[in-house]
Amino acid sequence: MADEKKNIMDEIAEANKSVVTGIDEKDILHWIHISILGKKYRVPAGLTIMQAMEFAGYRFIRSCGCRAGFCGACTTVYRIEGDYRLKTALACQTRAEDGMYLVQIPFTPAQRANYDIEQLSPSIESLLRIYPEILKCLGCNTCTKACPQEIDVMEYIACGKRGDIEKMAEISFDCIQCGLCAIRCPAELAQYNYAQFARRLHGKYQLSIPEHLQKRIEEIRQGKFESELKRLMSAPVEELRKIYTSRVIEKE
Amino acid sequence: MAELKFIGGYPEYMRQLIEVVNKTRPQRKDYTPKPMSMEEREEVLKLCHPDFAPGGKRQIMFGPNAGDLAPNEVVDLLEAHPLINPDEFVITAPDFSVDLLIIGGGLAGTAAALLANDNGVKAEDILLVNKLRHGDSNSMMAEGGTQAADRENDSPVIHYIDTIGGGHFANKPEVVEALVNDAPFVMEWLCKLGVIFDRNPDGSFVEKAFGGGSRLRMHACRDYTGLEELRVLRDEFRCRNIPCLEFYPAIEFLTDGNRVTGAILYNLETGEYKIVQAKAVILATGGFGRLHIRGFPTTNHYGATADGIVLAYRVGAKLRDTDTVQYHPTGAAYPQQIIGLLLTEKLRGMGAQPLNIDGEAFVYPLEPRDVEAASFIRECYVREKGIVTPTGMRGVWLDIPLIDVRNGPGTIEKSFPGMFRMFKRFDIDIRKDPVLVFPTLHYQNGGVETDPWGRTNVEGLWVAGEVSGGVHGKNRLMGNSTLDCLVFGRRAGISTAQYLKTNPSFGKLTLEHLKKYKKMMEEAGIKTKRKAPILFPDYRGKAVLARKIDIF
Repeated sequence: MADEKKNIMDEIAEANKSVVTGIDEKDILHWIHISILGKKYRVPAGLTIMQAMEFAGYRFIRSCGCRAGFCGACTTVYRIEGDYRLKTALACQTRAEDGMYLVQIPFTPAQRANYDIEQLSPSIESLLRIYPEILKCLGCNTCTKACPQEIDVMEYIACGKRGDIEKMAEISFDCIQCGLCAIRCPAELAQYNYAQFARRLHGKYQLSIPEHLQKRIEEIRQGKFESELKRLMSAPVEELRKIYTSRVIEKE
Repeated sequence: MAELKFIGGYPEYMRQLIEVVNKTRPQRKDYTPKPMSMEEREEVLKLCHPDFAPGGKRQIMFGPNAGDLAPNEVVDLLEAHPLINPDEFVITAPDFSVDLLIIGGGLAGTAAALLANDNGVKAEDILLVNKLRHGDSNSMMAEGGTQAADRENDSPVIHYIDTIGGGHFANKPEVVEALVNDAPFVMEWLCKLGVIFDRNPDGSFVEKAFGGGSRLRMHACRDYTGLEELRVLRDEFRCRNIPCLEFYPAIEFLTDGNRVTGAILYNLETGEYKIVQAKAVILATGGFGRLHIRGFPTTNHYGATADGIVLAYRVGAKLRDTDTVQYHPTGAAYPQQIIGLLLTEKLRGMGAQPLNIDGEAFVYPLEPRDVEAASFIRECYVREKGIVTPTGMRGVWLDIPLIDVRNGPGTIEKSFPGMFRMFKRFDIDIRKDPVLVFPTLHYQNGGVETDPWGRTNVEGLWVAGEVSGGVHGKNRLMGNSTLDCLVFGRRAGISTAQYLKTNPSFGKLTLEHLKKYKKMMEEAGIKTKRKAPILFPDYRGKAVLARKIDIF
């Protein structure tokens, strides 16, 4: 039995090897060529841009964060050989392709304003007071094309210019603040910072604190659950186990 | 491999297996397997959970936790030399003198800074340091949600029972009490700062089911919960002009022999060190997923390399529950590019079912994570009913399309934009097709022991978030990690602010603790060249490393 268990873990580790400890060259069936900052490298097919760069020998300090598409650290600009267009991607979420010319942008020095969220209202006046330059939008849609999250950036900027804070918050919600919109914008806007501001205005002023939450807070303040909690904290495990196993599971 | 034909992101043979899933879907619409009894849970854990399988762990040989078991990968780092030699290192005059030093800018560290500031510590007297960018953390990647017992039929008492049952009754009661009691206050705080939680048309929170929970208690921000919470806290932090350093990991504490009095920072780009002197220090460096314990892939951030427990153990902080590791049941097993990445538990909370190769629902979808993960491993490696990927990994299906069948079309795209987007990038449409999943290394259950205010057994040192231990016992529930960070980040902020009001003085800056530590290692007979903290994993190609010349 003991042996069998060990085998399971070994089998799993073996199956995961390519992700955890790197691929052995002898196991690589297909190769592609990519160019990193102008230098050509041969890397296995089927890796993300990030994994391909690591295979090529790069160890990241900048341009690598969550490795799962949530943090916007691995902003990448690339061009495919034979194509004139510059494209954008997240290195951790994009397959490396043959003929990619890659460069990464680890940092966007975009301006963001400081404000006291308590002293504002969810209105066009607030938005224009904090970020007046939003009116400079040319409507060229370059920001939307640059967004690796496929957010309709230009549309939320248009919402902002109309004072529709709620819609601006909603459209921009999936923004990971990588900064590509700002890097590409010919009107020199910092869209993602305006979106952050709009979302906070919406969350704070256009959504209320739910009644059920306020009620619970009041109950806790009055000590409604205190004695029961204290009793459980010193109850023997057997009793806790009994309470746990007899729980009724609420269904949706 | 060259001959594999892909249809909608899957090779042909997997496409045929998906047909089996499609066929059984109508029968499964109203069917859910029964939850396991406690005995059945124990059986599957013993048989198939990586924590119970032989090997993989050893005893810590010295220090406050001598005799405790921990994963080999963790003990390796405790049994390692510092990056600097305490006999030669020159401690210069401090580059920064602050009241409060916070190490780590995820949810816990950022919340701590805000609450310290709210409670009287001036912005300029705080310093938040980050290994990478402010916000680079596992917090940022939390998809599923945050627990808070705020509905009529729920209560902090039920939240308490769910939490300690999930943790195998090994949790530290006082910290769980703080967790469940503070949760509604945390929700109120976040709303006031402008966090946008999912709402029902009447303005109440949308609250969903989760593994090991007995009430609908999961508050989410689509499937970007951690991102939304963190970017709001970080924005508030920036609005207050609190000093912050990025790409400056702490590589060692400084002490007066006992009390933590500061830290050594390292400029990742120039290699230069900086000395920080502080009256109070909060450690909030997160977990250890990037150690790839037992060779598992991980959901974790690039920087999750156990730096915090290494530094804390060297100043004599006591750890707890180091023997268990959380493997999230649903890591991506296909395609190759995203192996190990998280598929939120909220998917199962909203109706997605785990299935075997025959399209059978073989397990209750919402067991606690350790039980669910072990049952997947059993299905794949004992019952041999897994699906094998082109790279030889095994996994089980997660039938995501069932969510739309049960909740109405459009639910998947609206509730899981992050997941939808991730798979779409690899040509897979999760509205139509199931995805392949297998357990992935997710969370450091244990860590530095604290009291309910984040205080440790070491004077001058507070700890908050994943680097701490006790609140989750031997297994954490979904939605209790972001909550842990927020509750104990806030509490550490409040507690340090109170401490600073007593006007403590700066302490002497020495490395005496490292000298003691080296001696303990020698006495325990440990001979090694390993150094820690490691700061980052190393994924460079082997062929390149074999030819590397170290010049500069």
